[in-house]
Amino acid sequence: MKTKNIFLLIFFFQLFAATLIPSIAVSAQQPTPSDDEVNAIARQLYCPVCENTPLDVCPTTACHQWRELIRQMLAEGKSEAEIKQYFVDYYGARVLSEPPRTGINWLVYVVPPVAFLAGVTLLFRAFTTWKRLTKEPITGADHSSSSGSGPEPAEGSGTAVDDEYVARLEEELKKRN
Amino acid sequence: MLAQSGFGVFVLTFLLALFSVGAAVVGYFDKSDRWVEAARRAMQLTFPLISLATLMLAYLLVTGHYELQYVYSVTSNDMPFYLKLTALWGGQAGSLVLWSWLMSAFASAVTLRKWERDRELLPWVIVVTSVTLAFFLSLTILYENPFARWWQTTGGDFVPRMFAPAGAVPITPADGQGLNPLLRHPGMIIHPPMLYLGFVAFVIPYAFAIAALVTGRSDDRWIRLTRRWTLVAWLFLSLGLVLGMRWAYDVLGWGGYWGWDPVEISALMPWLTGTAFLHSVMIQEKRGMFKQWNMLLIILTYALVIFGTFLTRSGVLSSVHAFSQSAIGPMFFAFIGITFVTSVALLIYRWKDLRAEVEMKSLFSREALFLLNNLLFMGVLIVCFWGVIFPLISELVTGQKVTVGPPFYLRANGPLFGALLALMGIAPLSAWGRSTYKTLGRALWKPSIPSAIVPVVLAILGVHNWIALVGFTLVAFVIFVTLFEFWRGVRSQQKKQKVNFLVALWQLAGRNHRRYGGYLIHLSMVVMAIGILGIELYQTTTQKTLAVGEDIQIAGYTLRFDSLAQFPYTDGRIVTRAALSVFRGDKFLGNLYPRYDYYTASGQPMTIAGVRSTLADDLYVVLVNWENVSAAQAPFKVYHNPLVNWLWIGSLMFIFGFLVAAWPEREDEKREGKI
Amino acid sequence: MSQEPNTTPAPKRGVPLWAQILVWIGLLGLLGLLAAGLLKAKNPILSIGSSVPDFTLTLFSGYEYNGASEVKLSDLSDKVVVINFWASWCQPCRTEAADLETAWRSYEETGQVVFLGVDYVDTEPEAREYMTEFNLSYPNGPDMGTRISQIFNRNLGVPETYVVDQQGVLRFIQIGPFQSVAEIQAIIDPLLVGR
Repeated sequence: MKTKNIFLLIFFFQLFAATLIPSIAVSAQQPTPSDDEVNAIARQLYCPVCENTPLDVCPTTACHQWRELIRQMLAEGKSEAEIKQYFVDYYGARVLSEPPRTGINWLVYVVPPVAFLAGVTLLFRAFTTWKRLTKEPITGADHSSSSGSGPEPAEGSGTAVDDEYVARLEEELKKRN
Repeated sequence: MLAQSGFGVFVLTFLLALFSVGAAVVGYFDKSDRWVEAARRAMQLTFPLISLATLMLAYLLVTGHYELQYVYSVTSNDMPFYLKLTALWGGQAGSLVLWSWLMSAFASAVTLRKWERDRELLPWVIVVTSVTLAFFLSLTILYENPFARWWQTTGGDFVPRMFAPAGAVPITPADGQGLNPLLRHPGMIIHPPMLYLGFVAFVIPYAFAIAALVTGRSDDRWIRLTRRWTLVAWLFLSLGLVLGMRWAYDVLGWGGYWGWDPVEISALMPWLTGTAFLHSVMIQEKRGMFKQWNMLLIILTYALVIFGTFLTRSGVLSSVHAFSQSAIGPMFFAFIGITFVTSVALLIYRWKDLRAEVEMKSLFSREALFLLNNLLFMGVLIVCFWGVIFPLISELVTGQKVTVGPPFYLRANGPLFGALLALMGIAPLSAWGRSTYKTLGRALWKPSIPSAIVPVVLAILGVHNWIALVGFTLVAFVIFVTLFEFWRGVRSQQKKQKVNFLVALWQLAGRNHRRYGGYLIHLSMVVMAIGILGIELYQTTTQKTLAVGEDIQIAGYTLRFDSLAQFPYTDGRIVTRAALSVFRGDKFLGNLYPRYDYYTASGQPMTIAGVRSTLADDLYVVLVNWENVSAAQAPFKVYHNPLVNWLWIGSLMFIFGFLVAAWPEREDEKREGKI
Repeated sequence: MSQEPNTTPAPKRGVPLWAQILVWIGLLGLLGLLAAGLLKAKNPILSIGSSVPDFTLTLFSGYEYNGASEVKLSDLSDKVVVINFWASWCQPCRTEAADLETAWRSYEETGQVVFLGVDYVDTEPEAREYMTEFNLSYPNGPDMGTRISQIFNRNLGVPETYVVDQQGVLRFIQIGPFQSVAEIQAIIDPLLVGR
């Protein structure tokens, strides 16, 4: 180690110093799990003291301790599920990136789809009412019922279609708004 | 002295805003043009007044008057001039001032126009804008006064007050705390004003909508009058969001741009309803349908703007973005209650007058597809709203906090965004009014063929993630449809006049800015989607502690740690910078300099990633300052973010598309005069 | 301006009553939720003079209370309870830890005061080092699932200390560290006088 280069940059980060060394020592007996293995789990967990920060990118000392805890538990052969459960037991359900599927928390998963389906139903019912109200079509070719009658005008690329499009475009551009 | 004057100006402006509310109401019920005129003048006067107060505050910030608590908390001697100026919105009090200033600017601008035909709307537009303005001013005056100064009480405590507490002595600190380092980034400097511009501009269409409801005008006049306001609001909100993403990507050092944080979501929610509104007003303009729905959407947008501001600033939610706890919560809550209840009551009262003039004829018409688009946007909104609000419910019921994080939003919103992409492709091919599945099918099959080739090609190239396959196919589909639309338009243009392709394109876009600008915006959205798909599905990351000379591999790249240096910088930070060499195989690609800055005054560290950005991917290296860093060895976290640059390219395209869409049409003024 | 002629004038109907009721319930529900959230956002939640809800603190082995591995607040109803939240990663906590221990020793004999150390979102090995470092001898345990801290403060920032009297009423809140033993004693002693 170079003499002048003791710029242990963390000196202003004094928060660390005391806690860093021992926790590494603890997990040193076995092949130490790599940073990537630790982060794979840490990124699924949220820091319990800072809001909305995943553990793998959280810079506080507390988070550092938790990552070391994950490393230690991995070294002890704990599974991902076990580690997560430990975190939930100790620090509450908020460490998970989603609410656990128990009790009232089911609401978070059930309400949006139900509300969306209600919207779809409402819209569909509105459509059918509207169509009943406007039975008489403006143009003869207006059959929107999906009875599947008549074949598709197969090679529809003919000039007829194009002209129809051009006419419509012209009409729309003229009206503009 | 200046501070007292500034405060006085705010109080005066607040009274003026109240007067304009009163005068407008009297004018409306007495049918007195003079009162309305007085209200209008008072409204317009608020702008120069708040400008004056804002200038005073800016002056105090720039000249370092640290005896003011606000100046003390956001500036310091070593900050450059432009940062001292932008510190104006670096804290709660200042950003409320900015909000009021923008609000009065917009309200004055909107009352400057000729009003002959819409005289009856004017008083209520003034009422709504003035009430909103008065509310924000009252927050400034009562709770978040940027002009409050430091006093030392007889007990020895330091307190910020406007007026001297009994026996207190004024205190003038020699230096301030300085702006939060996180906010010292170009993206962050313009991100908040952009968002505020967007938020505030949405108040204008809302004010007109309420005016239309109160006066019982059921036509689409309010929409026509505020169309450009809505567009401007939407542009700024969009830009604000994108800048926020860019800021997060550059400054937060977690390799991403969007964390589904409650505060991010509360800025996204008005954007969702605003976007739905932009689409559905077209139906009202063209077909006279969905009047009720449009009213509902603009009310919802305004409500979400206020709601989002409340969530961020009241301390109900805590998040990285949240302003520190403040007393404005109850006041804000009252305002929310009053505006929500009034708006909803008015809407219910007028509901039956807003029935459509014509009705839906086909499930395949463009209006039906627009409605579907609205439904999808509402779906995303429900997911976002519920995700933000649920932790509150859970905490109240069970006493336990929960996190609703990215997996939830991605799972729920992913399919909805996919469906929106598909609609973006289909809708432009449908016709107003009487499209059938046959006409739609005929229009669809051509662009579908090249799009169908895309997943095959991708699969051959080794893409096997089905979400990616579906996503990129949809992206291709929208691109083909949009280009096809341009091409067909140009051809029809060329049929009429014999001109070359580019001239025809120019003329075509010139004939309907909104349509072709809109298509360009669609294109920009799918380009952004490419970036989002890339980073969301294919981001990889690895972390390792390297000794000098060692290297780390990711996605075919090799990064070698060359050296580490530490030096102080003029603005009071200590920079710790690592140098890495990037190789692909044996080929040297360049150097990267991830660093972290330590701001000695505030004791806050900042992590700035070293990024190598190409069209194909970003290499994003973070010097992990929260682990043990020394000159001999340092931990690095490397992210490989494929395609993410397209997100930013798409944003630039978006601005261009917007300019085309909002460019004044030549006959606009003529028509406005005629109406 | 370019609307098509009214083909079918739709019947003019207002909002159906059930929908109105639903809308108002939804709106009031939301406002109620926000109001409740706002009340909770107050720091701390419990105010002085309110009675403290019961909780159970599981204790670290070696830091038991009278040999029991957990302690219930309601079982300490005839004693003054000093609840101190701390964490090993918390620097300010270190400044008061020794004072707390000294204060505890001064009351230990009387049997009228109990100190409870609540280790807030911490890791056990580091917590144990901390307790060893400061020779803590009063009962200490982890705040499992942050249940205890949430009774007192929604956004707890260690160190915080709450003093509960013999009737289970909250009598004192200290946010941040104590500066001296005397400061701690000055809070506890008046509560003992009445006995």
